[in-house]
Amino acid sequence: MDFLRPASWEEALAAKAEHPTAVPIAGGTDVMVEINFDHRRPEYLLDLNRIGDLYEWEVGDDSVRLGASVPYTKIMEHLRAELPGLALASHTVASPQIRNRGGVGGNLGTASPAGDAHPALLAAGAEVEAASVRGTRLIPIDDFYTGVKRNALAPDELIRAIRIKKADGPQQYSKVGTRNAMVIAVCAFGLALHPGTRTVRTGIGSAAPTPVRARTAEDFLNAALDEGGFWDNGKIITPSVAKQFADLCAAACNPIDDIRGTANYRRHAVGVMARRTLTWTWESYRGTRRAACQNGGAA
Amino acid sequence: MRVNFTVNGRPQEADDVWEGESLLYVLRERLGLPGSKNACEQGECGSCTVRLDGVPVCSCLVAAGQVQDRDVVTVEGLADYAKQRDRVTSGGTALDEARQWAARGTDSQTGEGGELSPIQRAFIDAGAVQCGFCTPGLLVAADEMLERNPDPSDADIREALSGNLCRCTGYEKIMDAVRLAAARQGEEV
Amino acid sequence: MPSPTLGFARAGGAPSGTPTKITQGSQTRGGIGESTLRPDGTLKVTGEFAYSSDMWHEDMLWGHILRSTVAHAEIVSLDTGEALATPGVYAVMTYDDLPTEVRTYGLEIQDTPVLAHGKVRHHGEPVAIVAADHPETARRAAAKIKVEYRELPVITDEASATAPDAVLVHENRDDHHIGHVPHPNIVHRQPIVRGDVSAARERADVVVEGEYCFGIQDQAFLGPESGLAVPDEDGGVHLYIATQWLHSDLRQIAPVLGLPEDKVRMTLAGVGGAFGGREDLSMQIHACLLALRTGKPVKIVYNRFESFFGHVHRHPARLYYEHGATRDGKLTHVACRIVLDGGAYASASPAVVGNASSLGIGPYVVDDVDIEAIALYTNNPPCGAMRGFGAVQACFAYEAQMDKVAKELGMDPVEFRQRNAMEQGTIMPTGQPVDSPAPVAELLRRVKAMPLPPERQWESSEGADVRQLPGGLSNTTHGEGVVRGIGYAVGIKNVGFSEGFDDYSTAKVRMEVLAGEPVATVHTAMAEVGQGGVTVHAQIARTELGVTQVTIRPADTQVGSAGSTSASRQTYVTGGAVKNACELVRERVLELGRRKFGTYHPAWATAELLLEDGKVVTDGGEVLATVADVLEDEVVEIEAEWRHRRTEPFDLRTGQGNGHVQYSFAAHRAVVEVDTELGLVKVIELACAQDVGKALNPLSVIGQIQGGTAQGLGVAVMEEIIVDPKTAKVRNPSFTDYLIPTILDTPTIPVDVLELADDHAPYGLRGIGEAPTLSSTPAVLAAIRNATGLELNRTPVRPEHLTGK
Repeated sequence: MDFLRPASWEEALAAKAEHPTAVPIAGGTDVMVEINFDHRRPEYLLDLNRIGDLYEWEVGDDSVRLGASVPYTKIMEHLRAELPGLALASHTVASPQIRNRGGVGGNLGTASPAGDAHPALLAAGAEVEAASVRGTRLIPIDDFYTGVKRNALAPDELIRAIRIKKADGPQQYSKVGTRNAMVIAVCAFGLALHPGTRTVRTGIGSAAPTPVRARTAEDFLNAALDEGGFWDNGKIITPSVAKQFADLCAAACNPIDDIRGTANYRRHAVGVMARRTLTWTWESYRGTRRAACQNGGAA
Repeated sequence: MRVNFTVNGRPQEADDVWEGESLLYVLRERLGLPGSKNACEQGECGSCTVRLDGVPVCSCLVAAGQVQDRDVVTVEGLADYAKQRDRVTSGGTALDEARQWAARGTDSQTGEGGELSPIQRAFIDAGAVQCGFCTPGLLVAADEMLERNPDPSDADIREALSGNLCRCTGYEKIMDAVRLAAARQGEEV
Repeated sequence: MPSPTLGFARAGGAPSGTPTKITQGSQTRGGIGESTLRPDGTLKVTGEFAYSSDMWHEDMLWGHILRSTVAHAEIVSLDTGEALATPGVYAVMTYDDLPTEVRTYGLEIQDTPVLAHGKVRHHGEPVAIVAADHPETARRAAAKIKVEYRELPVITDEASATAPDAVLVHENRDDHHIGHVPHPNIVHRQPIVRGDVSAARERADVVVEGEYCFGIQDQAFLGPESGLAVPDEDGGVHLYIATQWLHSDLRQIAPVLGLPEDKVRMTLAGVGGAFGGREDLSMQIHACLLALRTGKPVKIVYNRFESFFGHVHRHPARLYYEHGATRDGKLTHVACRIVLDGGAYASASPAVVGNASSLGIGPYVVDDVDIEAIALYTNNPPCGAMRGFGAVQACFAYEAQMDKVAKELGMDPVEFRQRNAMEQGTIMPTGQPVDSPAPVAELLRRVKAMPLPPERQWESSEGADVRQLPGGLSNTTHGEGVVRGIGYAVGIKNVGFSEGFDDYSTAKVRMEVLAGEPVATVHTAMAEVGQGGVTVHAQIARTELGVTQVTIRPADTQVGSAGSTSASRQTYVTGGAVKNACELVRERVLELGRRKFGTYHPAWATAELLLEDGKVVTDGGEVLATVADVLEDEVVEIEAEWRHRRTEPFDLRTGQGNGHVQYSFAAHRAVVEVDTELGLVKVIELACAQDVGKALNPLSVIGQIQGGTAQGLGVAVMEEIIVDPKTAKVRNPSFTDYLIPTILDTPTIPVDVLELADDHAPYGLRGIGEAPTLSSTPAVLAAIRNATGLELNRTPVRPEHLTGK
């Protein structure tokens, strides 16, 4: 095993180009477990800890460019307003110690269906900034997950950053686990309202071979909200609409039975989380809308 | 490979390190600092918690090569670390307090010898130590929390220590110990 | 700072029993009854305490074990050539390399091969061992050992074990149980029959049946199995080890090494928890074999994955119960059948069967009982001792039954239990009278009387505080679907080794004068595993010898056996041995004083003399001499064995016999909130009331009760080793998927301690470590049933059991 310690991003890309089998290690929260448990003996470990750029984030007009190694703790502390869904998801990651080390780049690199960040990224809308000596490309998050623990990165590519749309409406995130900390998701659900485009986006974790969106459910809800004029009248979403949305989210799952839960339970739980997060976000949307109307009236 | 870094304020060099070794292994087996405990090697128990550039992390998940030129504090250095922090923040009064608590020990092996940090003292006094295997990691995590949040609520304590498993105590005495350390810290000011 | 959750009650107006009167030592600071602090506390908080995994020796090698990847198979071939040729490898050993004809070991039945011999019987069985200069070298070498398996059908449950054509897990049994078991795949069977269940059934107004299932629980001590074996110049070996019983290890290790016991020296290294999981040997023999083979010190440290294979677990169980009761709430009879899965090797299975059967109906008065308990041999992971030891599984089932009967009668479940609660004088199903306080009804009353935690604590002005809700920070509910439930349970556990076992401890106590001060030294082989025995020994020495300074010597085999740190017995038995040795030392000191000074004062001959504060005083308080003057340069040292009352084996047909020495009782009330839609449970509070006889160290007593309670909580809602029923392979050997409660899952645990003396025990104390582990689980289950209305006949409860999906 060789340990590569690039001091800059350029050096890192060059090293990855030279050794495409090199395993990038940043927080180490996935890679080191595999090494400690003798599951993996990579030829090269490519340490990214010394590349300061990866630990920085920039808040732009429409999106946040989040360095791949920004620890979850920082996301919780500093990006709650811009990325509320991801901040909630970050808070469910393992433990304080892990949140101090792990970042979204690692979640994406591992691309486990159980990664906590994925549903939030899918719901918010994001692009993965992948770089190599050949250049940089933006991979839409919807195209990023290609299979169980597989992603769209080329062998010579590294994740530089994730560009996540800033929240323009309420976002929620729920995760089912059988313990209140340090637990891998039995299943997880992210939901974001996008009042700007009058759309709703979803993300489902641990309930299919990859993280997925419940597109049929989104389409149904977008149409129902549109038809009922809900975005404008701010009415409570009717229980039948919420139920239909929840059922369609559950139907979007393609889960398995494993030691953490049954396929049936996962489908069921995703439905419950979909209904609840829709209620919470919609209530929040109605609240901010009312407040905005009142402010508008006063002005 | 060779790794140079600072542990508890002292420069350290480890030689012939296998690239797959963790910081935890280097501390325990190469530097003679076995205080950080190896209980799961997968970041699920917190027994190996150390501070890496001030931040609590699981040392089992830090590759040895990643600590080059960095600064590590382990349980062995916790008392000194707390003493220095207190010098900075309160002009050294905590030291006397610490001695006073130490004097309360009634057994020949308790409370004598080296000085303890307030959180270490509180763990002994509150009965938060049984087998003690989780203790070093909990101390590092709890000390860091009290540094950030000197007046934590119970919910804050639980959240901050949720990465540290204990199998002996049912956590109640650990809660007592952190409350006790916070209260004593508060009395000093 | 006093814990708000701590309460102590003396006998006062309570039921029978009085505190033991203590004269000697009542003036001594740091004696029994005080919450003195741990003597190892400072070392443990500074990281200096040397656990077995911290041992290090110049020039040491690392041992590694190759384990079977299948559960049941013949070993067709085994090739170690390539492994042995690996640079850095010093030794590779298999069954054929064992030095003597003794190649198996076991606590009671020597059925466990040191290394697999032609066959493996469970997933993870040791096949070969390697010593190398780095753990990674050893791992890589082990991976080069070629093992060819021919798989055999797996025995995984009672049906497959006792089928007419069942493969025998052990072909040629010659142990002492084979004569009375109905099938060679049954380790041991214990029936207990008393009265006439058929006739009693006729008197019952209601009869309630139930079938229950208890999953495999792991001790999950945090300090993995580890130790260091150092070869001695005389051909022997010195083993630094974490164990529960040094002398039991020694008895099993020495014959395999072909060494006399005095050439295997054992010193207790720091033990990172035990809970039963260190009763059996793990890496002890392997480390010694490699050290003797290579002539170098060998260290072995299991990682967490290996630890799940390296020790026995709590027996999973299927339990079938029938309870009958009259309309006025009196139990008429109990019939039950308890099937424990012992896995591939016997370990402590026979004794677990004895406990499950003899304690199988719980702390209740029932004249007509028909109990049967068996332990199976299967190809599942071997099971043996874990805190609660057979009584845990039974308590889960009989307490569920008690709730069911109460419901059928339309009676309050606590009141129903109290109407049937045993008390001092009650006759056990084994025919043994309960001859010390048994405050079962009182414990239930106390736990019920504690104030309930407020409802809907999650509501705050800023919306729902998810940390107070099921799911916690995972943010699954803001109150939707959440229902509160309350449940009660009470249990009975025996203390000490039962069924006629010669259960004794040895203590060596020394008294001398150093720098003008009397100093006591206590030396035992007791394994301090975290329970606080070392604290209590120092307290006993202070009380009995009137000294301040007590040194506790490290436990080793240079002193006689202290028995196991098991069965809630150490404070009772080794504490009793320390007390006894101190009394002998005190007598000797007083005798020296009488000889030296007796002529100067008549009180030396006439008064009751005590040692207080370094002086010889009369019971009237008159000082006769200082201990320093009595002893001068003389050293008094006495090593003595001490035994509790003898017990008897249970009759193999009827189960009758005075099998137990003492009982221990605890009751719990659980308050839970269940997200009924998602099936997530938050335990809000888990209150406990326990009778401890006499709290030698109140702080430690509370710590034991809270710790035991949390382990019971774990197996109620999350902890389970999952074994694939088709392959008998373990599916979750890691802390990622074997979950134990975190601080966010563990509620406040208010404790109400009752101290009713057992006049047969030292200071009236009662063994306490296990009882709280019993009733915690069924109380949580009862609370979840109360919240959901579901039957829930298995533990742990998983979300899908609550949602029906």
